[in-house]
Amino acid sequence: MQIENNKEQNVLVVDARKTDFFKKQVRIALRNCGKINPENIDEYIAEDGYEALGRVITTMTPEEVIDVMLKSGLRGRGGAGFPTGRKWDFARKSVSDKKYVCCNADEGDPGAFMDRSVLEGDPHVVLEAMAIAGYAIGSDQGYIYVRAEYPIAVKRLEIAIKQAKEYGLLGKNILGTNFSFDIELRLGAGAFVCGEETALMTSIEGHRGEPRPRPPFPAVKGLFKQPTILNNVETYANVPRIILNGAEWFANIGAERSKGTKVFAVGGKIKNTGLVEIPMGTTLREVIEEIGGGIPNGKKFKAAQTGGPSGGCIPASLIDTPIEYDTLIEIGSMMGSGGLIVMDEDTCMVDLAKFFLSFTVEESCGKCPPCRIGTKRMYDILEKITSGRGELSDIDDLYALASAIKNSALCGLGQTAPNPVLSTLRYFKDEYIAHVVDKKCPAGVCKNLLQYKIIADKCRGCSACARKCPVNCISGEIKKPFVIDQSKCIKCGTCMETCKFGAIVKE
Amino acid sequence: MKSLEELRALKSKIRSEMELKEGGVDTRVVVGMATCGIAAGARPVMNAIVEGVANRGIKNVQVTMTGCMGLCRLEPIVEVIDKDGNIVTYVEMNAEKAAKVVEEHLAGGRIVSEYTIGAVAQ
Ligand SMILES: Cc1cc2nc3c(=O)[nH]c(=O)nc-3n(C[C@H](O)[C@H](O)[C@H](O)COP(=O)(O)O)c2cc1C
Ligand code: SF4
Ligand code: SF4
Ligand code: SF4
Repeated sequence: MQIENNKEQNVLVVDARKTDFFKKQVRIALRNCGKINPENIDEYIAEDGYEALGRVITTMTPEEVIDVMLKSGLRGRGGAGFPTGRKWDFARKSVSDKKYVCCNADEGDPGAFMDRSVLEGDPHVVLEAMAIAGYAIGSDQGYIYVRAEYPIAVKRLEIAIKQAKEYGLLGKNILGTNFSFDIELRLGAGAFVCGEETALMTSIEGHRGEPRPRPPFPAVKGLFKQPTILNNVETYANVPRIILNGAEWFANIGAERSKGTKVFAVGGKIKNTGLVEIPMGTTLREVIEEIGGGIPNGKKFKAAQTGGPSGGCIPASLIDTPIEYDTLIEIGSMMGSGGLIVMDEDTCMVDLAKFFLSFTVEESCGKCPPCRIGTKRMYDILEKITSGRGELSDIDDLYALASAIKNSALCGLGQTAPNPVLSTLRYFKDEYIAHVVDKKCPAGVCKNLLQYKIIADKCRGCSACARKCPVNCISGEIKKPFVIDQSKCIKCGTCMETCKFGAIVKE
Repeated sequence: MKSLEELRALKSKIRSEMELKEGGVDTRVVVGMATCGIAAGARPVMNAIVEGVANRGIKNVQVTMTGCMGLCRLEPIVEVIDKDGNIVTYVEMNAEKAAKVVEEHLAGGRIVSEYTIGAVAQ
């Protein structure tokens, strides 16, 4: 971390909020996280908690609430970026005496933990926003679908719901009005596909969490076949502040077509891993270099992955891209739910694509063949390429499979599964070619494609490496150059670490 | 609560209680207790502070917890907030360091600079 040190006076910065890590952040969704005690409703109320709900149900019509959401420009933070106001409007207009408000707290993207932080740090904001949504669409029942692997989040939500009920901020006739709203928790078993909206609702109903075709859309026929809205945790965390400060206030933060802020869980090869909330339109460079403190160990930035297994990479040449829904789509990535993995020059992009595909193969629910069989086929091809058996026609096959899966898979999991392959092919095709044609892994990651070699000129013949090699495949005479028997070498790298003279190279 | 007015009255009451610092409490110690903090060892840190404050009979300090402020790699994090709202962020804490903060900072009024974010994370 770079600390804003006043050099002349040599003053030590002791308040975290005054460090560079916080300077470019704007905290709306995370405003109470790390500040209030999440298990004490009074501390939330002291921060204007439940004031927005109070105003909504005593002074606004449902149409006015939806109008504020529409004008604010808030779009879903769970991945697809659908305008929240429009979603609420559809559900409002669906006629039914029972409607539901759901919260997606499944957070399945590996490496993402934004939603967990909001639930653990500020659970009441989600409850308050869901009640506001309930008033807007005409619903009296909410469900939070949260993964069972988040026990602390679950516990704090339970405490929060109990406290809100005791205060009469949830339940019957809230604040003396005609509006009643209740919230229940449903625990998910941690299948990635259960984050998909139709699968999530099927799972809440008590069935196996499998997606179903849309239409009908949930706003018309969702949970228990009733009109339902589903929003992400972070989406909800913005709602009370938008009501309190106004649509215009929110619409003035961020970029032209992406309003407000986005929370990212920044991980990988970056100094300050952690959680950041930035105004939309902030560039990737600002996030990595200024907030994130840059790449450690003097390595070079190679690419960043957003959107996890559904997303794509942003190469170093596009580091000045502003982070917005549309700009990311244009360059073949996506906003996603907020995972941001930073990679340095030691990352093999083919191997990276293979990693994400292994995740989707594992998480595919198996309902439709393009995803069940197609992603496995793509994975097998990547395995073939990274193990040195690839042919040029494999790259064509990857493209063909990718477009077939995208066009025919039933749900978003399958439809987006080829994205990591397509985006790495788009920006790092030369790396694929190097694996296939030259049988080399330029980043030195794919074990089958690299060799450890002793440079005879540099070797002093000390035998240190030979004594350490776990399979005894290094031999030689003392004070003469040693050699590695490539047929036995398991590429563990021990010899290279051992040699004090830099005589062993990996290529 | 039966009306928005009641909610607002409660808010004012809570706020003035926080300002008046009931029972002479003028310092808050806040321990990060989200998953990241707990995984890094926030529980023993919390215990050490609570015990230290009790054993020394320090009366002006309230010990409480909060969620994640985003600096997950520096957890466990402990913040000491004085009556004027000045914040000292201690990072990468453990029970031993926490005991020292109780002794030096909470009892003695001297910031333990070597554990602060500025000193550790530079
Ligand atoms: C396979 C798959 C997994 C998903 N996982 C999540 C998730 O973990 N959390 C989430 O909020 N949305 C997830 N989504 C997106 C949801 O289907 C839905 O679009 C979102 O919850 C809507 O809320 P929003 O409009 O507030 O973003 C997933 C979608 C797919 C296809
Ligand atoms: S695309 Fe994959 S996850 Fe979605 S329904 Fe088909 S098999 Fe299941
Ligand atoms: S990489 Fe491992 S197995 Fe291969 S020669 Fe070196 S020490 Fe032996
Ligand atoms: S450790 Fe280095 S110098 Fe010694 S024998 Fe092995 S390669 Fe040669």
